[in-house]
Amino acid sequence: MQVNETNTVNTEEKEFTPLIVAFCCNWCSYAGADLAGSSRLSYPANVKIIRVPCSCRVNPLFILRAFQRGADGVILCGCHPGDCHYSTGNYYARRRMTLLFSMLDYLGIEKGRTRVEWVSAAEGAKFSATMNDFAATIHKLGPNRKLRDLRCEK
Amino acid sequence: MREINEMLKKKVSELLENGTADRIIGWQAGEFCYDVTPAVMRKDNLDELFYNGFCGANQSKYLIQESLEEGKVLALLKPCDTYSFNQLVKEHRVNREKVYALGIPCSGMLDVDKIKALGITGILSIEDNGEEIKVATMYGDKTCKRTEVLQERCKVCKGKEHKAYDELLIPDEDAPEVPNGEDRFELVNKLEAMTSQERFDFWRGELSKCIRCNACRNVCPACSCRTCVFDNDNSGVAAKSNADDFEENMFHIIRAFHVAGRCTDCGECSRVCPQHIPLHLLNRKFIKDIDEFYGEFQAGEDDTAKGPLTAYTEGDCEPSIVMEKGGEA
Amino acid sequence: MQKIGVFVCWCGSNIAATVDVAAVAEAVKGEPGVVFATDYQYMCSEGGQSLIKETIKEQGLTGVVICSCSPRMHEATFRKTVEAAGINPYMLEIANIREQCSWIHKNKEEGTEKAIILAKAAVAKLNLNTPLIAGESRVVKRALVIGGGIAGIQTALDIAEAGYEVDIVEKQPTIGGKMTQIDKTFPTLDCAACILTPKMVDAAQSEKINIYSYSEVEKVSGFVGNFSVTIKKKPRYVNSDLCTGCGACMEKCPSKKTPNEFNMGLDNRTAIYIPFAQAIPKVPVIDTAACLHFKTGKCGICQKTCSANAIDFDQKEELITKEYGAIVVATGFNPLKPTKFDEYQYNQCADVVTSLEFERLMNAAGPTKGVLLRPSDQSHPKKIVFVQCVGSRGQSCRDHSYCSKICCMYTAKHAMLVRDKYPDTDVTVFYIDVRTPGKNFDEFYRRAVEEYGVHYIKGMVGKVEQVDGSLKVQASDLLSNDQMVLDADMVVLATAVEPDPTAKSLATMLTASIDTNNFFTEAHPKLRPVESPTAGVYLSGVCQGPKDIPETVAQGSACAAKVIGLLAKDKLLSNPCVAHSDELLCNGCSTCANVCAYGAIDYVDKEVNDHGKREVRHIAVVNEAVCQGCGACTVTCPSGAMDLKGFANRQIMAEVDAICK
Repeated sequence: MQVNETNTVNTEEKEFTPLIVAFCCNWCSYAGADLAGSSRLSYPANVKIIRVPCSCRVNPLFILRAFQRGADGVILCGCHPGDCHYSTGNYYARRRMTLLFSMLDYLGIEKGRTRVEWVSAAEGAKFSATMNDFAATIHKLGPNRKLRDLRCEK
Repeated sequence: MREINEMLKKKVSELLENGTADRIIGWQAGEFCYDVTPAVMRKDNLDELFYNGFCGANQSKYLIQESLEEGKVLALLKPCDTYSFNQLVKEHRVNREKVYALGIPCSGMLDVDKIKALGITGILSIEDNGEEIKVATMYGDKTCKRTEVLQERCKVCKGKEHKAYDELLIPDEDAPEVPNGEDRFELVNKLEAMTSQERFDFWRGELSKCIRCNACRNVCPACSCRTCVFDNDNSGVAAKSNADDFEENMFHIIRAFHVAGRCTDCGECSRVCPQHIPLHLLNRKFIKDIDEFYGEFQAGEDDTAKGPLTAYTEGDCEPSIVMEKGGEA
Repeated sequence: MQKIGVFVCWCGSNIAATVDVAAVAEAVKGEPGVVFATDYQYMCSEGGQSLIKETIKEQGLTGVVICSCSPRMHEATFRKTVEAAGINPYMLEIANIREQCSWIHKNKEEGTEKAIILAKAAVAKLNLNTPLIAGESRVVKRALVIGGGIAGIQTALDIAEAGYEVDIVEKQPTIGGKMTQIDKTFPTLDCAACILTPKMVDAAQSEKINIYSYSEVEKVSGFVGNFSVTIKKKPRYVNSDLCTGCGACMEKCPSKKTPNEFNMGLDNRTAIYIPFAQAIPKVPVIDTAACLHFKTGKCGICQKTCSANAIDFDQKEELITKEYGAIVVATGFNPLKPTKFDEYQYNQCADVVTSLEFERLMNAAGPTKGVLLRPSDQSHPKKIVFVQCVGSRGQSCRDHSYCSKICCMYTAKHAMLVRDKYPDTDVTVFYIDVRTPGKNFDEFYRRAVEEYGVHYIKGMVGKVEQVDGSLKVQASDLLSNDQMVLDADMVVLATAVEPDPTAKSLATMLTASIDTNNFFTEAHPKLRPVESPTAGVYLSGVCQGPKDIPETVAQGSACAAKVIGLLAKDKLLSNPCVAHSDELLCNGCSTCANVCAYGAIDYVDKEVNDHGKREVRHIAVVNEAVCQGCGACTVTCPSGAMDLKGFANRQIMAEVDAICK
């Protein structure tokens, strides 16, 4: 089945607000998100965070699952390379995500829909800025049509 | 080929006779001569053993089960099979001590569909001798050029060197020349040069053909899990069939991802796909990316090297490289 | 089915101002498993906690979701609360509706909607939670220190001081390490032997310290608190119990032509030897490669000479296996041997020496009795050129990219000592940068320049040539942009610090990680500088990175403090959120072990019962005391056999589903 994008995008009445799933490692990025919160640095409410111990815990299956169930963008945040709480976890995550994202691109999925950002516990401002930017990017890309379970369509 | 068959038979019966191994994985023809599958043989039915251009099946995966059984099994490994063999030994899936690996030469395997496409039908048998293939058919003898009917994967052969063996039937340097390698990434490059929508349409066209028969998974020497994640009820993704486009995509993305860095590019997945989906192009994309991002890596080159997904360097490229280097938007 | 209670916190107005807390409580009531939901002003207050405890009892809850501030804030608090009410502390999930919701969203409708989704995600996850119990393991109250240099000695002394047993394994015949070869120490110029040898004696005399000299670690197994280590005692061919250390054997030994390692090969020693006078233990070793008895079978003079009958040509290698609670790596360094630096003529010219060789030439116990003489003709050098950064801070394959840290200071020390002892000597130092951070370090360097008249030239030496028994040094002065040729009688190369060559194999044995330069990696570069990422393995001294003596001693003591902290515990409680392998699904492929930074995954042959079929399989087993719960293994496992407790695949996917509904 082929989805023709131009027919489906603009027919929705409500303005498109992208749904974004953010996987954040417990030690750096989740703390960075907390700091963004305590510094009252806002970002769109449709960014929802899932706490994982380390960026290396994120299985490509989770990312695909999010898209399947209707996410429009998935972002993975972890400690900066070299600062991983578990010393090497984010290095593995970096390779896995690079290859996964490249594969999604190869399959014709818009390449802006997935992103990895390294956000430290001190980078509340970066966390907020990253989420704002990512949400804007996804907004521009429009709803995820290519990688979702069409049965989830309402 | 006849000569090699003679040598092979002699060598195999010698090895079974002297107790080096007590059985062998050979090939058995099915209803048609080109319908060849691996089969376990013993001294008493060795007569059926043969080796020709239809013996493409990679035997190494069969060794997972065979090396669990009593006694030693004799495996006939073509040069490209030895890569998978090494990989399986590295992952402790094949018990090396229970296998006697006899390296056999290969000058490229034949694609029966290509023979048929030349108008040669009703195939009864083939005589595989060098450049020319003699095909006996119900309608008389026909011939075709070897290069015309080679399997796609053999056009990008990894070479005639065996990467693992206990014994070689003939020394690698004396083995017949293998078809000269074309660029195996040619089609990957072509896809990468398309627009995102064209790629999407291409893969939708291909993957929507998937009937989830699991042939690719079952033949793949890297897909060797006891229980596949898609059959594991606890994984949250278990599914017996593709319910929609997404699941067609997911199955193949995850399958390719799970074998990334471990896939030796043996090409069995595409060979066995009844829907002729070019599945190897997914694996090759990962191989190409790994080579580009992390340095050339050939899985199964040896049985010790760390795979690229279980290694890292501090200066690895960031995933955002996909934004810059990835295919056209 | 779970019986879940959801508690929504107002956090005063922090949450309640932007989130309709009552609406959140109401909205989750229909979620699977939820039997109770309410809101309260301050959940973390005593009143709030009592409410939770009472509700657990009244409603017979099996799990609790608290919608409040970040779990980083009060997860521990609420775990204790629910535990006090009799439910497993891991049957608790927190929905972060303050930092990640109310504080960043101004629109109440939006905030409430998000808070509801976050609460539902926490409920979805909790539905799949299982009670987790922290494992316990015992602690063997003994530490092993690998390496008996100043770092190892300091660590051992401090641990022994706290009353714990310590074994030191030293591969050389004596403890003391590199510091024994040093003449004076910067910036105070006190004599190294005077401050080191008393510590060596203390270590030898301590009842708690046991020294295995001339020994190496052969095998390590186990985990934090419970290591089992096999130590190989190499044969000395001298019975340590009988030997009195009189040295008569050395005097009589006819094989006298072996380059003396202690003096950097600048003089010779006998085949039976004690490295230096203050060695500990003061028991000789026979060098079988030089000994006539071992080479020809004809000699045996030492045996005849020894009145204590201590010589034992039949001594065999001995393997000792002992248990330890903690292991300290203190393997130190070696100076780089500049054999690949042809431009300095080190291989060709005896008067081009390394700094450590120079150290021996200046040392009163050295080959020249402390009189500075050129190795080639035993004359006094009048012009000395020092070259900094040999093998450090370079880009080529023969260089290390790092700064060896100590060379600037010891070169200033050498230059100063030479000028002090031989004021007629002209001393020039070529440097890239002079780096002198450290207490009294810059003052020290300035004294060398200002008071002792040492010439410092910013630039590198390009070439050293030997001309008529003298040396010509070609160099560039980067500040004046001049090329210059200097005459010199001696050239001293400040060679890089390199980790001991045993570091790599030891790191493998310990499953401790090393960096690309083979220095051991610390668990955290800032916050856990003396621990390795492998629990129970600690790092002392230069094995972790270049250091001077005061830093080494400080790190040695810090390391001891960490070890004492561990040994003081009777039992270790482990984080229960660890990986777990499903033995029926495991392929035994070992991919997971390849990415485990802690060596927490072992492979065992285990009999499994696969739906009635019993067979022995090679499968992964996670050591829960060692696993830190990062989850790296779970993603490499293709079959999903490896999963993480507390963050299981299904739990995370349940959260994803709840969020994407």
